[in-house]
Amino acid sequence: MSAITVQGLTKTYGDLVAVDDVCFEVERGECLALLGPNGAGKTTTTEVLEGFRHADSGEVRVLGVDPWHGGLEWKARLGIVLQADRDLGDLTVREAVRHFAAYFPSPRDPQEVIEAVGLGSKAKSRSDRLSGGQRRRLDVALGIIGSPEVLFLDEPTTGFDPAARREFWDLIESLKVGGTTILLTTHYLDEAERLADRVAVIAGGRIIACDSPSQLGNRAAGIAIVSWIENGRERQASTDSPTAYVAELAQRLGGEVPQLAVHRPTLEDTYLALIEDLPGTRS
Amino acid sequence: MNRTLYLGRKRVGIELRQFYRDPQSAIFGFAFPMILLIIFGSVFGDENVGFGDVTFSQYFLAGMIASGVLYTSFQNLAIAIPMEREDGTLKRLQGLPMPKASYFLGKVGLVFVAYIAQVTVLLAVGVLFFGIDLPSSAGRWLTFAWVSVLGLLSCTVLGLAFSVVPKHGRGASAIVTPIVLVLQFTSGVFFVFNQLPTWMQTFASIFPLKWLTQAMRYVFLPEGASVIEVSGSWQIGWCAVILAGWTIGGFILALLVFRWTPRGSS
Repeated sequence: MSAITVQGLTKTYGDLVAVDDVCFEVERGECLALLGPNGAGKTTTTEVLEGFRHADSGEVRVLGVDPWHGGLEWKARLGIVLQADRDLGDLTVREAVRHFAAYFPSPRDPQEVIEAVGLGSKAKSRSDRLSGGQRRRLDVALGIIGSPEVLFLDEPTTGFDPAARREFWDLIESLKVGGTTILLTTHYLDEAERLADRVAVIAGGRIIACDSPSQLGNRAAGIAIVSWIENGRERQASTDSPTAYVAELAQRLGGEVPQLAVHRPTLEDTYLALIEDLPGTRS
Repeated sequence: MNRTLYLGRKRVGIELRQFYRDPQSAIFGFAFPMILLIIFGSVFGDENVGFGDVTFSQYFLAGMIASGVLYTSFQNLAIAIPMEREDGTLKRLQGLPMPKASYFLGKVGLVFVAYIAQVTVLLAVGVLFFGIDLPSSAGRWLTFAWVSVLGLLSCTVLGLAFSVVPKHGRGASAIVTPIVLVLQFTSGVFFVFNQLPTWMQTFASIFPLKWLTQAMRYVFLPEGASVIEVSGSWQIGWCAVILAGWTIGGFILALLVFRWTPRGSS
């Protein structure tokens, strides 16, 4: 059984269709990244799955339960990291994590969780004195304290420095190893590429592509880009047979090709190409 | 049920911790009522209020204790909850395996503890600075206890209901504080009630604070001082009826209107 099933999910706010006939599944232990421009419907979709919003139509199941009617036992199996919160300011990291452990039937050890999110040295700091990235890690700590089966991460690394982001990725990977199902919403393509088993691109309320990061938008089968310097000028060519192209180039230029590089389109190139085709969307 | 109570107790603990670390609570919870008591007591304290040697400091102490009910319940909740709605507290709680009743138990616990602390401070100031005699009969203290409980319950449910009025957390105190001030001015806290215009007395009689101040005067003033009440008696029975009415009405109202999410977000 899938951990998350979404079929024909539609949600409108007045005239605005926020989510339009969205379908996807997330297997147990899988990490699905939802990518899309602001206002694409990512947060609405996630909030329906978390039980915060009622879908207008469609069938949604999280761990086999309709989120809108999910009871406390169902909630005890979820971990939710919402977009940037500012609550709990007067509490220290340790107080907050310990307190939130009390809500769950089988919580993880608070100290271990504090260490796991890299806040060990900040355990006694008040949460309103943490930096943006540290505060976000506290949110993640509170999301995983209940040892959830399904973890929702809504833009978890906003405000992280590169080193903190890498540490965070290691943390999420360790959760994946432990079998946690993860629905990740993010703006960072490198994050999706590193963490997600599959990526769903959502724009204008619809899923326009859903595949593994390496296959998304026909990326693996796609063309390669060859770039080099010729006569002091940067040159670039797209080709579906880069090996032959480079061989021919070497022959033509007679030896070493200056500044030669061959690369496949990055996830970002692919993503931008996907959403570029849509009217009225912007990343 | 057990779980609701267990988490309710956890909520009381965390609410208190957050309350006493927030400078705004510390000011409204302790410093402000104390400063008011000292200022009014020092300026008008020796003025006679119209019966025997009862002074305005005694009269005002009763009014400030009644105000303490309003500060720690209605004002506290009607300002704090809109902020919690805005800063993500309520949304976070909604996503947790917590019975919603636990949240409300936490608020009730916070209100009662904050009130006990505030009354203790006010009584200490009254006794130490103004030489006020505390009641010696157990009956008066019993009345003090049930009036406090009923007052706190009614103003708590009203605070929960009113918390839907301020649209933003930051603006909440600008809406709530003037209401509390107007009630204090018209209910016999800052002025002697029987010296107010009749229409003002009638207005104040609708709301809990007037009945709270009157009952607290019954507790802290000599028996015969009822001659300075408008009706000439303490009307303790009426006080019970009015406060119970507000408790029931406020409870139903709170059930109907309380929101976990900001307006316009769902």
